[in-house]
Amino acid sequence: MKYSTGLVTKIVTYTILILLGILFLFPFLWMFSTALKSDHQMFTYPPIWIPKPMVWKNFADAVTTISFFTFLKNTLIVSILSTIGAIISCPLVAYSLARINWKGRNILFIITIAIMMIPGQVTMVPMFIVFTKLKMVGTFVPLIIPTFFGVPFYIFLMRQFFKQLPKNFEDAARIDGCSEFQIYWRIMLPLCQPAILTIALFQFMSSWSDFLGPLIYLNNEEMYTLQLGLQQFKQAYNTQWNLLMAASILIALPVIILYFFVQRSFIQGISLGGMKG
Amino acid sequence: MLQNMSRDIHNTRQKKKICKGSIEKHQRKYGYIFALPWIIGILLFYAYPLLSSIYYSFTNYNVISKVSWTGLENYEGLLKDPVFWTSITNTIVYALMSVPTSVLMGISLALLLNIPIKAQGIFRTIFFLPTLVPVVATSIIWQWLLNPQFGIVNFVLSKVGIAGPPWLGSPYWSKPSLVLMAQWAIGNMVIIYLAGLQDISQDYYEAADLDGANWFQKAMCITLPLLSPVIFFNMIMSIINTLQVFTLPYTLTYGTGNPANSLMFYSMYLYNNAFAYMKMGYASAMAWILFIIIITITLFVFRSSTKWVFYQDEN
Repeated sequence: MKYSTGLVTKIVTYTILILLGILFLFPFLWMFSTALKSDHQMFTYPPIWIPKPMVWKNFADAVTTISFFTFLKNTLIVSILSTIGAIISCPLVAYSLARINWKGRNILFIITIAIMMIPGQVTMVPMFIVFTKLKMVGTFVPLIIPTFFGVPFYIFLMRQFFKQLPKNFEDAARIDGCSEFQIYWRIMLPLCQPAILTIALFQFMSSWSDFLGPLIYLNNEEMYTLQLGLQQFKQAYNTQWNLLMAASILIALPVIILYFFVQRSFIQGISLGGMKG
Repeated sequence: MLQNMSRDIHNTRQKKKICKGSIEKHQRKYGYIFALPWIIGILLFYAYPLLSSIYYSFTNYNVISKVSWTGLENYEGLLKDPVFWTSITNTIVYALMSVPTSVLMGISLALLLNIPIKAQGIFRTIFFLPTLVPVVATSIIWQWLLNPQFGIVNFVLSKVGIAGPPWLGSPYWSKPSLVLMAQWAIGNMVIIYLAGLQDISQDYYEAADLDGANWFQKAMCITLPLLSPVIFFNMIMSIINTLQVFTLPYTLTYGTGNPANSLMFYSMYLYNNAFAYMKMGYASAMAWILFIIIITITLFVFRSSTKWVFYQDEN
């Protein structure tokens, strides 16, 4: 959108954005400040911004009190395996929905859209009953396996992406004698690497931040993910704000760092999902 | 010669037809094969649970005992359950506060972030960062910020002469506190609005400039109507998500919904019934009622959309 960006407009915009930006950054700044405070400095009045001395030991203490590395290992297992599942299944299904003519594919697409509207609460209870009968409650299996069969939102995103590729793109390959699978594997998949990166990122982040799934299925502390570990830590040490902030930083930081590396595909994914919806 | 030619054409046409037919058949087979994982996934993780959830909602079942058919007992029980009604009221009140606030905030932020200035990218990143913070961490940060005694928010408020409320400690302020936290993580929506703003053709603004329209007129008469499909999408998503709100209030209150059940939301009570009290049938009945409420509200918004959503001509 184009505005006549006069000096006044610019000054007003900067002022509002800087004020709002400070408001949005405020929680982060206060989190860092608190994480570096001693037990005593947390409750001083008036509150201080720059702790003296800075207690970097809080981070070490937080890591040891919540067995951070065990939880990290568990979280990584769940996140990486479910991401692999999603990037194997979703592009394959989306390719079939977008580029191959077969009876029933439109119905399947409509069903896929409809499934996105089903609240998780409806399927949650029967799934728990099934996994209980399969004796899989308390393992990572229920948190990983479903992605290997496709995730509706990612199938939808990938389908949009495949649709954008030029028409009859595959025909040349077909004339050269490529099999359908070769066309998919050698030609189509390399073309949609950015889209695959996007869904990989979405799945990794949603597994990393997932709370409800692990809460339902993981009952043994050794199997906890970081989110469950942090929640348990919070319940047990609910006045140790410095340690809690240090732990929160450690859990949020990997996702934030990851975001800075792959910012573009992330933003594109959100825009695509929202716009074409 | 002409005859020959026409025969040739006829022949090649037939050949093509046969060829095409077999390719299509061949392709079709692969279409099914490629979609097979998802078809199995639908049956295993959606169709079966959906149907069995209807069945369980008419039974009494705690996973260990045998399933016993109880008819409408769960539904009748729910109607008499005061916590059920509290959780519905809480959820709807929260949605009524949260959805309009986030729609307004989202659009305003997107409009601001769309004005071409230097450092635009930095500002966009700042507003997006909070959405990356896992909800458990969000709840910890905000509980500390909003701490009634030692929290920095109430300290700042006291500096400007306002006596800060007890926030999450009071049943009146607990829901507004939650709305505040939700606004902090509004970045996803803003990005979708920004993408929508980019799709609006420059021509409209140039025409408006010729007519001497000011910023406000352009925003009201061009931007908002052309953005309305995106507003509609974000609104629907936001309604659906708020009606299912779980993780934030659960982590804040450890599932208790305190103070005074003011943070006992529908999904939390459902979770407690299923996994704390092991009342699978009761929870399934709740899940179906939620599903019906969500469908009804969504359809209602969809129907109203013909009056306020304006679609740009595709061509």
